Amino acid sequence: MAEVSLQGEQRVFMTGNEVVAWAAVAAKVDIMYGYPITPQNEIMHYWTRLAPKYGKRFLQTEDEISAGFTMLGGVMTGRKSFTATAGPGNVLMQESAVMAEMMRLPAVYVIQQRGGPSTATVIYAQQELTLTCFGGNGEGHRIVYSTATHQELFDYTLKAFNAAWTYRFPTFVLGDGYQAKMREPLTIYDAESKGVKLVPTEPMVGEFKPGKQFRHLRNTYNTEEELYEVVMANQRDWDAMAPKVVEWFEKDCQDADVVFVCHGVVSRAAMGAIDELRAQGKKVGLFRPITVRPFPEKQLADAVKNAKKVVVAESAYGQLLKMVQVAVCGGKAEIVPMLRPGIGITTEELVEEYNKL
Amino acid sequence: MQELKENNVLQPAMPECWNEETKPHKFCPGCGHGIILKALGEVIDELDIKDKIVFGCDIGCSLLSWDFFACDSVQTHHGRTTPVITGMKRANTDIVGIAYMGDGGGYAIGSQHLFNAAVRGEKITIILCNNCNYGMTGGQMAPTTLPGMKTETSPYGRDVEQTGYPTKGPEMVAAVAPEGAYVARGTIANVRQLKGFIKKALENQIAGNGISFVECLSSCPTNWRTNAKQTWEFVEKDMAQYFKVGELRTPQAKEGK
Ligand SMILES: Cc1ncc(C[n+]2csc(CCOP(=O)(O)OP(=O)(O)O)c2C)c(N)n1
Ligand code: SF4
Repeated sequence: MAEVSLQGEQRVFMTGNEVVAWAAVAAKVDIMYGYPITPQNEIMHYWTRLAPKYGKRFLQTEDEISAGFTMLGGVMTGRKSFTATAGPGNVLMQESAVMAEMMRLPAVYVIQQRGGPSTATVIYAQQELTLTCFGGNGEGHRIVYSTATHQELFDYTLKAFNAAWTYRFPTFVLGDGYQAKMREPLTIYDAESKGVKLVPTEPMVGEFKPGKQFRHLRNTYNTEEELYEVVMANQRDWDAMAPKVVEWFEKDCQDADVVFVCHGVVSRAAMGAIDELRAQGKKVGLFRPITVRPFPEKQLADAVKNAKKVVVAESAYGQLLKMVQVAVCGGKAEIVPMLRPGIGITTEELVEEYNKL
Repeated sequence: MQELKENNVLQPAMPECWNEETKPHKFCPGCGHGIILKALGEVIDELDIKDKIVFGCDIGCSLLSWDFFACDSVQTHHGRTTPVITGMKRANTDIVGIAYMGDGGGYAIGSQHLFNAAVRGEKITIILCNNCNYGMTGGQMAPTTLPGMKTETSPYGRDVEQTGYPTKGPEMVAAVAPEGAYVARGTIANVRQLKGFIKKALENQIAGNGISFVECLSSCPTNWRTNAKQTWEFVEKDMAQYFKVGELRTPQAKEGK
């Protein structure tokens, strides 16, 4: 492991998983709960090396169900806690995620997507988009950041803890196998030195002040009406929060005939394609949701309002496409899907796709 | 007529840590859950740990205890109470964590959590109510259903050729837990003894020794379709014959070595 420290800023060259571990240190996380699965393993590897030096803890659980629920236990005591997983592990963690939604627990999950469905590959895909955004018996009251670069892995992991503790909805950082394993340069930093305030935590149970009020936390209800009230209150909070947390990136859309819509690492390939095509005088743009939940629907609709065609490129079979269809429904642009489940998408392929239009 | 004064009337003694607002409790008449929780309540009073406790309950009839005590509590998913309390204790070692569940929650859906918490020697106290069936979902076969016992999903009696023998949880925990464990099986038919076991289980956690596990033989007259006499016969004879009551592991045993 590189000899780096978190004082001020430091330029480093590391893998995405290492970046996440450093970001968790920067976020002053107290404890990580985890279970091995490729391609997120090294988050735990780096964390278990870093944690003792910073007085932090780690628990390796018996499975991802347990990793999710032990993390919720940690969160309830007011300790900053997180877990990380992928693929089938993400499936198992959904049970804890729905409890976090219902009980408004600031849980943080880092997902390094691998190829699904089922065991599939351990390398790369964008097939956990729907699962991560809506994978439970609930309404999908969660924040999901889709990262594209290592700098973003660092920035958004830090931000995920702040968002979770501000709004009390479970928060996901949605990376992927390429981001997890590849190495690239970035700047890591101590949050305060950059003016990023860390949101303070507070215990929900187990705070032993004399004369304190005891608290009963539950996520079971006696009647449909009682449940309705709770879910609707959560929905109202969600609706009030969404405009504050929604993030997107947009380049050259307003005069574009063709707009590419991608998320995660595919949008990096799209950046290359836009530059190349613009240099040839083609009117192309790029729209990238950074929060895939809440989805920047209005912003997308606005970005493509002058376009003739919207090319949705993703390493999955139509998961992003569905979200885009909802957002631009009623618009005049034709949607052209470019769906590559489980495989990467390059700049050259995007240019080729454009030339076929 | 002589006026009745409060101290002339025999007041039922309720543990101080009970949350009075939620009494009478919601368990069926004749249910063992209330007896176990009363024993637990008395122990919490005696150890004076009301303000240090986080009480976790499972899905199953145990969930009816989500607001039972005037202590911090959390109700979680079926089988997941053990990891939730484990996570709390790992994050904050000052807590006295109690995981309360049924035999379905502990031995079926949550068995991997129980087993692994035992192997790791998590410093929490697990109290498991064994009533030989799934109570809340309407009396199906549980890991603890006795051979030949009729339930909704073993209508001709549990066939051990098909379904195996009842799970012996304390024996399992005792076999895999590291030194410092406290493991016992009590019964609602001997509350004084049961209370003693629960007390030792909590003292063991407070001393920081290791995992503490108490299974409680309990009744479910609603699903057993038994009257009072039959209920007690089943608890005292049939259950106790298969599930031996007593202490299986004590931390003192290690010092005595
Ligand atoms: C994942 C999941 N599966 C199934 C259920 C349905 N369920 C609720 S309670 C219960 C049985 C509980 O039995 P036990 O743990 O023995 O407790 P008891 O009700 O007998 O006290 C089941 C299967 C559930 N809530 N969650
Ligand atoms: S169903 Fe059985 S276990 Fe549940 S409350 Fe009634 S008697 Fe008790």
